Amino acid sequence: MTVNEEQTIINVALDDLTREVEGLQADGYRLVQIGCTDIGGAYEVNYSFDRDYQYRNLRVTVGPETEVPSISSLYWGAFVYENEMHDLFGIPVTGINIDFKGTFIKTAEKYPFSVTRRGGDQCRNA
Amino acid sequence: MGIFQMTRTVLRNLAGGPDTRPYPAVPARTGPFTRGHVTIDPATCRSCGLCSRRCPCEAIRLDKEEKVWEIDRMRCIACGDCVEGCPFGSLTMEPEYFSPVVEHVVESYTITYVKPEKPAKKPAEESTGAKEEGAGESA
Amino acid sequence: MSKRIVVPFGPQHPVLPEPIHLDLVLEDETVVEAIPSIGYIHRGLERLIEKREFTEYVYVAERICGICSFMHAVCYSQGIEEIMKIEVPDRAHYLRTIWSECSRLHSHLLWLGLFADGMGFENLFMRSWRLRESVLDVLEDTSGGRVIQGTCKVGGVRRDIGAEKLAEMHRALDPFEEQCRDLGDVFLNDDTVKYRLQGLGVIPKDEAYALGAVGPTVRASGVAIDHRETGYAAYGDLGFKPVVETTGDCYARCAVRVKEVYASIDLIRRAIDQIPEGPLDVKVRGTPDGEYFSRVEQPRGEVIHYLRGNGTKHLTRARIRTPTLANIPILVKMLPNAQLADVPVVVLSIDPCISCTER
Repeated sequence: MTVNEEQTIINVALDDLTREVEGLQADGYRLVQIGCTDIGGAYEVNYSFDRDYQYRNLRVTVGPETEVPSISSLYWGAFVYENEMHDLFGIPVTGINIDFKGTFIKTAEKYPFSVTRRGGDQCRNA
Repeated sequence: MGIFQMTRTVLRNLAGGPDTRPYPAVPARTGPFTRGHVTIDPATCRSCGLCSRRCPCEAIRLDKEEKVWEIDRMRCIACGDCVEGCPFGSLTMEPEYFSPVVEHVVESYTITYVKPEKPAKKPAEESTGAKEEGAGESA
Repeated sequence: MSKRIVVPFGPQHPVLPEPIHLDLVLEDETVVEAIPSIGYIHRGLERLIEKREFTEYVYVAERICGICSFMHAVCYSQGIEEIMKIEVPDRAHYLRTIWSECSRLHSHLLWLGLFADGMGFENLFMRSWRLRESVLDVLEDTSGGRVIQGTCKVGGVRRDIGAEKLAEMHRALDPFEEQCRDLGDVFLNDDTVKYRLQGLGVIPKDEAYALGAVGPTVRASGVAIDHRETGYAAYGDLGFKPVVETTGDCYARCAVRVKEVYASIDLIRRAIDQIPEGPLDVKVRGTPDGEYFSRVEQPRGEVIHYLRGNGTKHLTRARIRTPTLANIPILVKMLPNAQLADVPVVVLSIDPCISCTER
């Protein structure tokens, strides 16, 4: 059978984030992923939820050092994505249930995905 | 009965012989389209540069004035994009995998294609179009 | 009063196909807590999008993982095709489905072998991998590569499978299925296997859903989520029902994968019967501008490629979330109350593919 799959993206403000996530959890959505995109000088953090193949995204735009509250009190498995976001992009996330404090993904250079924004080398063809 | 369930498998294994091949004493099994390494026929290459542009790893380098076509074997992933893109069919994909080397090797081939003269005024004799292959065979 | 000690598991361990590190807090041979740590093979493939054009990135996407490589290429190509609104011909959809199901077969047979080796049953490990060789031979004869196929591209497929080769594959499926069923019989009905696996690492249905796990790990607990139901590629025409078990222990996770092997063989048979004639690809014009979440069912679960383009030949963002990353929280929940000797079996039962996890 073919299920009709739809994807919606909703922009939310940082302060409303926890309330929106609580609403989705009460509706029975499961957390799919938390992703981060570098746009110019800011970051877009994208929370994805799914139920019966209906896909909902909450999008929050933050500056480089803005603190983002963790949703791991609602979704226990979110610590993986939040630690990865902190280790690769340098976004400080407060209140994660298992906080690795920067040792989840050990790389030679700290915050490797924010290099282009800081004016470092673009990807080298070495 | 539980004890004799393995008997069929044991007999099949005893009669069948080993399933493995003693490579590299015996050549590896290859299929008709197996992607091993890329070879060029320098006599037909017209230096258009399409292979160099299509290569996703920038492994092919072409110098039009010097008439040199180089491939860096360590960058090549044998995807076959250059073979598909060559409009004159000078590149082929050989099924043997390129064996490991101890030093970085960049293979160069001299392009020996000569454009045939236009038979406009008088019938010009075609040059032999270079029968000798370029330098170096692959291991 | 028993003391607690910390034992490091991995990154080098004989049962692990790829390096992951777990710090196990033990109290007299029983695991009390487990703390994961990854990052040993981070290659930074997501940043490579700045250097490779969107048509060339398929080759990078394929090489993220060696076991589930074809489906990464399909997911990426589907994402670009949705952004640029390209219609792929039907024959290309069916060919992609056939190769995807062959890929799933070889991945599950590889996992069954590793799982048997983790339990100590080495003979079964050798038998599974010998069966897997026939699948790899088919992949090599039709596409040119045993693990990296290189046939999927944006706009369709690069190579066709001829009618005689398809008929040969169809004939070879019956003896292959018989051997797979013999193998599955041992996994499902053998007393030693059952004694080792039943009751180990039990996760109930609600907890599995709330933790966000995907793939056979969550289908073994009773949650029926399988993205092949959404009907991408040719699955809409072929029809598909997910394979679900209800007990939620390691035995159920093994049973789900064994039954998925049978389901894949059936899907390949039906796809070969119904494949239409037609062109293989469509010419790609223009550049992608927009964003899309492309989701595909890999052998380990749901993989998501988030692609975003701004009208140039280089995409601005490619985020790849692989199923093992989503299964790490459920692994951390499974390990408490397991014995130290059972830890390899539990870790293997989620099918960890760490090279996908840290691209």
